[in-house]
Amino acid sequence: MTSPDCSDDAFPCDIPAERPWSRVLRKGQTLRIIDSEGQQAVDALLYCADDPAERYSSQDTLRVQGSAYVELGTRLISNKGRVMAHITADSCGRHDTSAGCCSCESNAVRFGESTKYQHACRENFILELSKHGLTKRDIVSNLNFFMNVPIDSSGKFTVVDGISAPGNYVEVTADMDILFVISNCPQVNNPCNGFNPTRIRVVVRDAPRL
Amino acid sequence: MAQTKQEIAEANRRRYEELRAAGQELTPKGLPEPTALDGAPIAADAVIHREQVPAGWYATIRLRRGEALRIVDDSGRSSVSLIGWREEDTSERINCADTVKVQWSAAISKGRVILSDMGRVLLSLVEDTSGPHDLLVGGSTPASTLAAFGATTRNTQENFLAAAAKIGLGVRDIPPCVTFFAPVSLDDAGRFLWNPDRKRPGDFVDLRAEMNIVVVASNCAHPLDPARPAATGPVTLIKHRAAPPTEDDLCRTASPEAARAFAFTDRLYA
Repeated sequence: MTSPDCSDDAFPCDIPAERPWSRVLRKGQTLRIIDSEGQQAVDALLYCADDPAERYSSQDTLRVQGSAYVELGTRLISNKGRVMAHITADSCGRHDTSAGCCSCESNAVRFGESTKYQHACRENFILELSKHGLTKRDIVSNLNFFMNVPIDSSGKFTVVDGISAPGNYVEVTADMDILFVISNCPQVNNPCNGFNPTRIRVVVRDAPRL
Repeated sequence: MAQTKQEIAEANRRRYEELRAAGQELTPKGLPEPTALDGAPIAADAVIHREQVPAGWYATIRLRRGEALRIVDDSGRSSVSLIGWREEDTSERINCADTVKVQWSAAISKGRVILSDMGRVLLSLVEDTSGPHDLLVGGSTPASTLAAFGATTRNTQENFLAAAAKIGLGVRDIPPCVTFFAPVSLDDAGRFLWNPDRKRPGDFVDLRAEMNIVVVASNCAHPLDPARPAATGPVTLIKHRAAPPTEDDLCRTASPEAARAFAFTDRLYA
């Protein structure tokens, strides 16, 4: 499975349901991710383009922020404590970074062995990362844009219906050159995609000229 | 008759709601009370190795399937961050996100498990005196200690890096960690809270290895602990032979999800 052609002059670009995508964002560029049809989770990983051993860290991000959800203004922190990017626009209001990505193996544990042979985000990540010399080893706890995962005071942790409406978007502005990797989530066993995975759209724009 | 897309979606939603009800309402009722502070003594002949790790330091422990690691917070002031890999294939490692979502809870306690990224059980929490452990915020880092103290001190991230290097692994192999004796909770707005009244001297956990694994335990103050830098003290690690799990083992039977994860783990050794 290859990712759709998203060369510079092909933007905006639709990422079909269940498919991966990646590209390098230069410092100052902004990626807009649009939930075209609503209630679609978008799993994402970030790597420092110059040294992919430096990568997005969910725990560093939450520690620095002091709270559990990704929202407007959230700084996305690397495993070396640097700001890789930040959220500069958000018309949805709720994104997760604690639930990780779906995999064939975890689906089998969560939903029964009959779900093992269903396409999953980790399959997407492995294939997309392989284009950049990276492997399963490089997959860490990711961002889940448009995914609604409330955690209550007792720790109860639930994937519930997404609140993103068709056309809702989130924007991520790069603070360094980053490899941005997306899996348009194929999960059909919980409400993260409304039980019906759909296409999303991405748009990259350059930093405004000062 | 073939199901329509709509019927499949509705059936999947029904299954999800059934699993959620079981996972969040039934399973917690079946979880055991915490272990007493003076409970679960380890027979002298079951002890394989014992060591005390000073504040700020780390230890790397190999555990065979069926062996257990007891971690004791001797002073009641420490927190211990832990990562681990499967010995035969270190690309398989602790996965905090799967641990939380599979068990429908960010709060792990006695009777729960810690999963690998391959749908298998890395560790079972067979004894636990306290319950407040953190899977969301992670350990201390150079940046967190610099921000807290004005200078970088020993920290969990660098401990993990040093420990990994000594077994041929590197920064790419370091996943998010679990931190024991770190009473983190969330308020209604999602902000993290620290609950110091949930820490006592002598609190311990027993982690039973369900695969052959290597773990690293880092004894550094949790980055949310307001008592830093006083939030330090030695911790005791005791590697021991755990009693073989019985049919009604707490962790193996805690939930349908746990039972499946154990079934997949057992296949490695069948």
